[in-house]
Amino acid sequence: MSKSASTLFDKVWDSHVVRKIEDGPDVFFIDRHFIHEVTSPVAFLGLEQRGLKVIFPERTFATADHNTPTINQDKPVKDPLSANQLAALERNSAKYGISHWGLGNPKNGIVHVVGPENGITLPGMTIVCGDSHTSTHGAFGAIAFGIGTSEVEMVLTSQCIMQPKPKKMRINVNGKLQKGVLPKDVVLYIIAKLTAAGATGYFVEYAGDVFRNMSMEGRMTVCNMSIEMGARGGMVAPDETTFEYIKGKDKAPKGEAWDKALAYWKTLKTDEGATFDLEYNFDAADIEPMITYGTNPGMGIGISKHIPTAAEVGGGKSTYEKSLGYMGFHEDDAMIGKKVDYVFIGSCTNGRIEDFRAFASIIKGRKKADNVTAWIVPGSHIVEQQIKDEGILDILTEAGFQLRQPGCSACLAMNDDKIPAGKYAVSTSNRNFEGRQGPGARTLLASPLVAAAAAVTGVVTDPRELLQEA
Amino acid sequence: MAYDKFTVLRSTAVPMPIENVDTDQIIPARFLKATERKGFGDNLFRDWRYNNDDSPKQDFVLNNPIYSGKILVAGKNFGSGSSREHAAWAIYDYGFRCVVSSFFADIFKGNSLNIGILPVTVSPEFLEKIFTAIEADPKTELEVNLPEQKITILASGENESFAINGYKKHNMINGFDDIDYLQAMKAEIKTFADASMY
Repeated sequence: MSKSASTLFDKVWDSHVVRKIEDGPDVFFIDRHFIHEVTSPVAFLGLEQRGLKVIFPERTFATADHNTPTINQDKPVKDPLSANQLAALERNSAKYGISHWGLGNPKNGIVHVVGPENGITLPGMTIVCGDSHTSTHGAFGAIAFGIGTSEVEMVLTSQCIMQPKPKKMRINVNGKLQKGVLPKDVVLYIIAKLTAAGATGYFVEYAGDVFRNMSMEGRMTVCNMSIEMGARGGMVAPDETTFEYIKGKDKAPKGEAWDKALAYWKTLKTDEGATFDLEYNFDAADIEPMITYGTNPGMGIGISKHIPTAAEVGGGKSTYEKSLGYMGFHEDDAMIGKKVDYVFIGSCTNGRIEDFRAFASIIKGRKKADNVTAWIVPGSHIVEQQIKDEGILDILTEAGFQLRQPGCSACLAMNDDKIPAGKYAVSTSNRNFEGRQGPGARTLLASPLVAAAAAVTGVVTDPRELLQEA
Repeated sequence: MAYDKFTVLRSTAVPMPIENVDTDQIIPARFLKATERKGFGDNLFRDWRYNNDDSPKQDFVLNNPIYSGKILVAGKNFGSGSSREHAAWAIYDYGFRCVVSSFFADIFKGNSLNIGILPVTVSPEFLEKIFTAIEADPKTELEVNLPEQKITILASGENESFAINGYKKHNMINGFDDIDYLQAMKAEIKTFADASMY
């Protein structure tokens, strides 16, 4: 290995260390700070109690998403607690001069959707937010991760956090993906292989043909789920796909600034000979459409498979039985054919235009299953507009579906979009934890294609059987 | 938010031998709507702790009066999932000052240290010893000694060392937090920002 060979992660990390503390964390500089209504109010309160100011308001962006209703967004928010948090975000943003995209603003949407689509997220940046799915922005070759509210306060007042440098992992997936296999399946497959804690303590670089050939939306889906295997974050080296996506976006650099940025971005890749603390290799051909059967995202299988037995998964037998008990499933059950009550497409994982295109590809010419309630929620107003402009809304409407307004919605059920206790939901979101989509709700994580197949058949269905020839 | 100093904690412990306890279980999302940091302990482990009619679930460990104390002992991969610091607040507000496990999720660990809860990582074997000791006698006391970085099952004297970053240890022992440190660095940070690409 040449002495100067370094990884993409090293390059971005090391260029953001303001000070190294001996036997301590790095003082780590943050380029962009996203805030939302749930994890920021206590941070602002802390700031006030200490009599501190926001150091660089222009580096912080606020959007309302976790609590927001997905219908009647033009009317006052009914839940007084949600309304109070939304008002606090607006008030704090105004007070400190922070850009705020509240309900009704045409730029509003889920924080991890609106950052990239407006050109706020750029390669080589460090990005944090009080939300674990901040890892999404790693798709651009940024170091992006979720932080706690104490750290939100730190960033507001100092633009830094105190962070030990994580270890490095590279995950290579090479080969050609099967028909009907989406980026969501790729990442669910990786998490199933590594387990929900398999990447804890690491920052992941996704490398290989599969990610090189993936769209930016797909890379965002993959990086988004990095946290579900415990990783601090995940990233993909920027390339022409990245640059093409960014070019012309509202807040992206223009003119000379673009040329300068592009020259820098092209240096953002792992050098030949650079080493990782841990490396995994997977073959794309082994991946089929995935679905989860348990209560963490690591409990996933190929859709045609049976639920493994406790003996097969090894360790933590009581935890495993508790999980299957919650889901109402049994060892060795087939997943195909299981009844579905709800379908949710949306969230920062799969709420982008490409996800709705995939969903519509199966819905087109079919009807919604009578037993299914479907919540179709764009990640932002921009995505909502794309859905209308591309004729996807017509396809959905003809099939008996309704489009809702943007927000986090049933992903974490902080608004009214809650799956009722005991009901089964095929969800394109990121977590199948107990009660995640509402108390007692049972979540099966899947891709937009699997969600679409369930929405039209009313049971878990292999989407490959329904794919239509283009 | 400044917090209580942590040096030596001697207490009975509450055992929760479940793996992958995620932050949605520690504090479900519907309880994150406060704009102040208080009262979260009432809803700690809400859906494991209470029935739909708000009556306590008898088989859940927090509702079992034979277990109590300021130390929570949990299975592998505790605190996975969301970055919500509310999970750590709820644990603190309930009265725990220390969580022991063989493995913690990163963000939860960081959040805990930032608000004055000590996460102690022990070997899977030592974790089993603690569970076994508490099962045999719920009055089993543990001693968590931060200056010496050692955790001891007092009845048997069995003990194990644990690791902690030196900076964080210093902060916990003195009740300092990162914001105190960063405030003293403002000029250096501004210079850094001026030279930054973005």
